[in-house]
Amino acid sequence: MSDQRKRNSVPTAHSLADVIDQSEHRGLLSRLTSQQTFWVFMAAMLACLALSLLTDTFATERNLFNVSRNFAFVAIIALGMTAVIASGGIDLSVGSAVVLSSMTVAVLMSAGMPFWIGIPAALGVAILLGAVNGILIAYAGMPPFVVTLGMLSVARSLAMVLSNNKMIYQFGPDHDLLLALGGGSTMGLPNPLIVMALLAGITGFIFKWTRWGQHLFAMGGNENAAKLTGIPVRQLKVSVYVFSALTAGITGVLEVGWLGGVTTNLGQGMELSVIAAAVIGGANLAGGVGTAFGAVVGALLIEVIRNSLILLGISTFWQGAFVGSFIVIAVAFDRFRSVRQG
Amino acid sequence: MRTGEGRSTATGCGHGAMRRYRGRFEAAVGLKGRNMSALRLEGVSKHFGAIHALSDVSLSIEPGEVIGLMGDNGAGKSTLVKVIAGNFAPSAGEIFISDTRVEFHKPLDAQRAGIEVVYQDLAICDNLSAAANVFLGRELTRRIGPIQILDYARMRVRAGELFARLKSETRPRDLVKRMSGGQRQAVAIARALLSDAKIVLMDEPTAAISVRQVAEVLNLIRYLSDHGIAVVLVSHRMPDVFQVADRIAVLRRGRLVASKRAADSSPEEVTGLITGAIEFA
Repeated sequence: MSDQRKRNSVPTAHSLADVIDQSEHRGLLSRLTSQQTFWVFMAAMLACLALSLLTDTFATERNLFNVSRNFAFVAIIALGMTAVIASGGIDLSVGSAVVLSSMTVAVLMSAGMPFWIGIPAALGVAILLGAVNGILIAYAGMPPFVVTLGMLSVARSLAMVLSNNKMIYQFGPDHDLLLALGGGSTMGLPNPLIVMALLAGITGFIFKWTRWGQHLFAMGGNENAAKLTGIPVRQLKVSVYVFSALTAGITGVLEVGWLGGVTTNLGQGMELSVIAAAVIGGANLAGGVGTAFGAVVGALLIEVIRNSLILLGISTFWQGAFVGSFIVIAVAFDRFRSVRQG
Repeated sequence: MRTGEGRSTATGCGHGAMRRYRGRFEAAVGLKGRNMSALRLEGVSKHFGAIHALSDVSLSIEPGEVIGLMGDNGAGKSTLVKVIAGNFAPSAGEIFISDTRVEFHKPLDAQRAGIEVVYQDLAICDNLSAAANVFLGRELTRRIGPIQILDYARMRVRAGELFARLKSETRPRDLVKRMSGGQRQAVAIARALLSDAKIVLMDEPTAAISVRQVAEVLNLIRYLSDHGIAVVLVSHRMPDVFQVADRIAVLRRGRLVASKRAADSSPEEVTGLITGAIEFA
């Protein structure tokens, strides 16, 4: 911190004013190109274009429908993850939150409960899970990595206990309603995509225009400063992990409908894709930086790559290598930029 | 001397209103004319177990006075600042603000009573704009239907006014990340102006910045003083302290060994007091 301050204090006022002038008088294009999100978006578009030309299967309605729905699930949780990462934390338990909430709705509805009990209960379980994460992190002062890693294991285990590790595919009286929610479409668009777009809009608005958003980024930028200015840092942290778990819960409910059945391996390893989407979309693991649009674009790029591997006939075993490399590249990109600026 | 009347713990939300009322009352009976202190400490002690960080410190600061608080490492400067700022409750002794006894349970209490702290590390968020930092924790909002949204336009204008008053080139929209040390100080001090602080505590504001920026910061301190704000300046840098301070207070091993007008003292004497070569002044 003090090193950084020393470095910042070196430039003379003359050069500083120059730099500020330059940054202010740059055009829209150069401002756009300085955004990581812009380049990720271009990469995703380029990949789509290439795939449309190289294969005759990518640009089919059926494939696009699938791609958009798959990417919506990762993107919804990436919104929550971006909030957590921007606040200076990390949430590894999202994949397990997905399976626990979908198992909750599945078990309740297969036991004959209606739709309007099953879904609130599933979301409630997710919120509770997030609250436990948040309280342990904020009030017990434990590292987010450890707490959410523990929760990753606990929540999946609870889902197994709840279902006795059996697949559930009968959802009682409201069976069709549940399947239509996650698997159906409205006006030609898959429902998960619509939910994702709505949530992205809401999250983007909250980040930019509310005190909660402002405080979240302040806490991620300098937690000590946030505390000293009287921001209720602990409550804020709990709310951030609740938000993240809630996005996982929503995804869980939608995924049941899409898959038509739940097994306990649902959402396994999903945390990697979600964190990758957030980071590729510009969220900074050091905290204080991230956008809702970035999370969506990051998720889009990952899904397009995943889909392209399948369509191009490349073994899906390569998927992890690509997603992993992209995380590293995204962080390296950010690193170069901050070195250049600093 | 200590009557029960006028006691107030600065916790309630209605404190601001009370303060305003008291201000009118004092104006009416002419108490303002008397030498009212902005901040008065009486016999303040703080120990942590067997360690006496502060013993029996009594100190009074007038509105607009700049007091240079000096001492070696571990002399108790930071502890004293933290007691005044509400981070620590004193083990013994009393604190008065504008001659009203106060008890702080948390930093927010001190802030509400008109004490602002400019921390050594400035307590600023690099990733936010200057305006956002000035308003951090007390953002202006406006209502659109049922929701409260941040009023960026109003915050930028207000922050711009504050920077203009401070004669700083800081621009409200700029990210603090790209600012010089002096501009960062301006952001931190603008926070104090915004809250209408009566007392500003500055912990080593000139420790890690260039010579030119030191002059900028000293000007900011003079500005605060000219506007009736008392400044407690904690610093190791003798020349800086002698340039702006009206009075020098020296702590040695938790005791206040001197509190005298800067004009009547000298850097040599203060050095002697800090090291213990001079027992008391």
